[in-house]
Amino acid sequence: MNLFFENSTRTRTSFEVAAKRLGADVINMDVATSSVRKGETLLDTAMTLNAMRPDAIVVRHHESGAVNLLSQKVNCAVINAGDGQHEHPTQALLDALTIRRRRGNLEGLLVAICGDIMHSRVARSNIHLLQIMGARVRVVGPPTLMPTDVDRLGVEVHYSMKTGLKDVDIVMMLRLQTERMQGSFVPSISEYFHFFGLDRVKLEYAKPDALIMHPGPMNRGVEIDSEVADDLDRSVIHEQVEMGVTVRMACLDALIGGQRNQFGAVA
Amino acid sequence: MSGKIDKAAPPHAGSTAYINARIVDPTGDAEYLGAVLISDGKIADFGPNLFASGAPYGIRSVDCRGYYLAPGLVDTRVHTGEPGEEHKETLESAGTAAAVGGITSMVLLPDTEPPFDDASLIEFVARRARQVKLANMYAYGALTVGLEGKELAEIGLLAEAGAVAFTDADHAVASAQVMRRALYYAKTFDALIVHMPQEPALSGGTMTSGAMATRLGLSGCPPLAEVMMVERDIRLAEMTGGRMHFTKISTAESVAVIAAAKARGLRITCDTAAPYFALNDLAVGDYRTFCKLVPPLRAEKDRVAVVEGLKDGTIDAIVSDHRPQDQDSKRVPFAQAEPGGIGLETLLPISLELVHGGHITLPRLFQRLSSTPASLFGLPAGKLAKGAPADLVLFDADYAWKIDRTDLWSKTKNSPFDERPVQGRVLATIVGGRTIYRDDSFAMAATAA
Repeated sequence: MNLFFENSTRTRTSFEVAAKRLGADVINMDVATSSVRKGETLLDTAMTLNAMRPDAIVVRHHESGAVNLLSQKVNCAVINAGDGQHEHPTQALLDALTIRRRRGNLEGLLVAICGDIMHSRVARSNIHLLQIMGARVRVVGPPTLMPTDVDRLGVEVHYSMKTGLKDVDIVMMLRLQTERMQGSFVPSISEYFHFFGLDRVKLEYAKPDALIMHPGPMNRGVEIDSEVADDLDRSVIHEQVEMGVTVRMACLDALIGGQRNQFGAVA
Repeated sequence: MSGKIDKAAPPHAGSTAYINARIVDPTGDAEYLGAVLISDGKIADFGPNLFASGAPYGIRSVDCRGYYLAPGLVDTRVHTGEPGEEHKETLESAGTAAAVGGITSMVLLPDTEPPFDDASLIEFVARRARQVKLANMYAYGALTVGLEGKELAEIGLLAEAGAVAFTDADHAVASAQVMRRALYYAKTFDALIVHMPQEPALSGGTMTSGAMATRLGLSGCPPLAEVMMVERDIRLAEMTGGRMHFTKISTAESVAVIAAAKARGLRITCDTAAPYFALNDLAVGDYRTFCKLVPPLRAEKDRVAVVEGLKDGTIDAIVSDHRPQDQDSKRVPFAQAEPGGIGLETLLPISLELVHGGHITLPRLFQRLSSTPASLFGLPAGKLAKGAPADLVLFDADYAWKIDRTDLWSKTKNSPFDERPVQGRVLATIVGGRTIYRDDSFAMAATAA
């Protein structure tokens, strides 16, 4: 059961394809027309859906911690498809899988996560996972888009692309989350692109074979130039989407997969 | 905790001697074994030698069995839901929780619906307190109309009706001009202005800025928001000569700035609330909305600085900042949850941690909890003195128990201290000589000899 309190086409579709490939029935709750709009609380929605006995609920919510709260009230598997500015674990898993396919291993790689770190759940999940897998992580962006004390998560903090991208193996760009920005974080899109957008020139600071990643959806001309985004030798953005389905199949299978017989078929 | 609330206790008449008590005298800064004699609801006599050889024939006597007897707690920061949100807390349920917590006087915040910006509401509180017949209840007047920080409320008329101090509760007064005029105008009545210092433009976040907020993906409210406002208000208080009291001081920087202002001889005082010396931002843990407070729980270094401030007297008083919230307000994602925690019943045991931890003596603790807030707010309470109202708390400072929110008497159960092991519990609460609460374990054998 897909339960999305926040608009998402990519993640929702990815989960849906993953579940269907595993043979599951998928129901998408369209929150915009549901009872949530009629004032139903998150927990009431959770308990109502729980009573319909789903095997798993995939939840996205615009508030940090909301998925955690919901999971306390249901007795099926819950997958966090992104909660506020907290975490987006399957995105980190698919990023790690993509890197491992290309590089064989994550151990010792230097990864730069660039852009709007403050509002990014993708950045937080990747910081945790990549470090656990042995990679070193830098975060690069303007100070206004850096969360307080982010260095205490074990990352190196850089305020310039030139130092931040120096010798990195992976350049992971983040979307500038204009919808989460209340107040002035950056003066203008063009200034942001000038200093923090990834283009051919800034990419030169990284290792010659550095990979370009982006969790999507991309704002072309805001955080990434089309020329590098579409560079088939360097950009693995489409592979990330492909791995997304794979990783989500794996997650669903690990959580709710049936018993297997000795040939690996579901019994 | 189980005990008995006695609203029907008749007015105290005649004489009662509380003997064999460990007496905590905050204003005398002393602690000794002795007795207190109450006559007609007032303290008639007290001291180490009083009734040393037993109470005289003919008066009631209560054997305190060596437990502590101190002036009842004076809590100057209590939110209730009356009027407006009676489903969260009424004056009666708050009075009950206060009685169980050993609080004999409390000052009610004006952020009700409607707010206390009209004299009739101050009179309403006084009338309800007489009906409820539990702790003494006083009310703040609003500092500005509708607590909006724009126009001054009728400070003089509110004071005449009985308002003991003026505040906009948890709303900081953003405009320096409004605060300057409030301080000037309040001088006419020598009124105390109580301000929760938080620069509104910076304090929009849901928990304190730092690694914990970053990890949880919650928006941060920097400690700077507090000290900036403290510094502004110190300047204004200095210029106007008004009486400024900062409430809920939570950061190391604020404590340092206030200490410096006091050293310069300014009329600045301040308090902190129990959560700020007992908890830090780690208590938020897995999005525990009971720990969403205003100001937010701060870092450990701030907590330690608040403890130091209480020790050296920079922080004059401790409040509970009791703020009931029902399930609908708290069982939601963290950012959407209403802030606040209840604290009336846990104020004494949490504060006693400062004594058990060796930070402060019992008489000094009762200065912070009782005598100093009473004198700042001009309340006839908080001290042992002949002729003073017999508002007392009898407590066991060592009894170990675990706070269980479901056992609390408050109407809502949003305690940030849920499941915390503590020491100390109230055995009896006496207001004007009437025993309004008695713990089951303490049979108050009033032996009429």
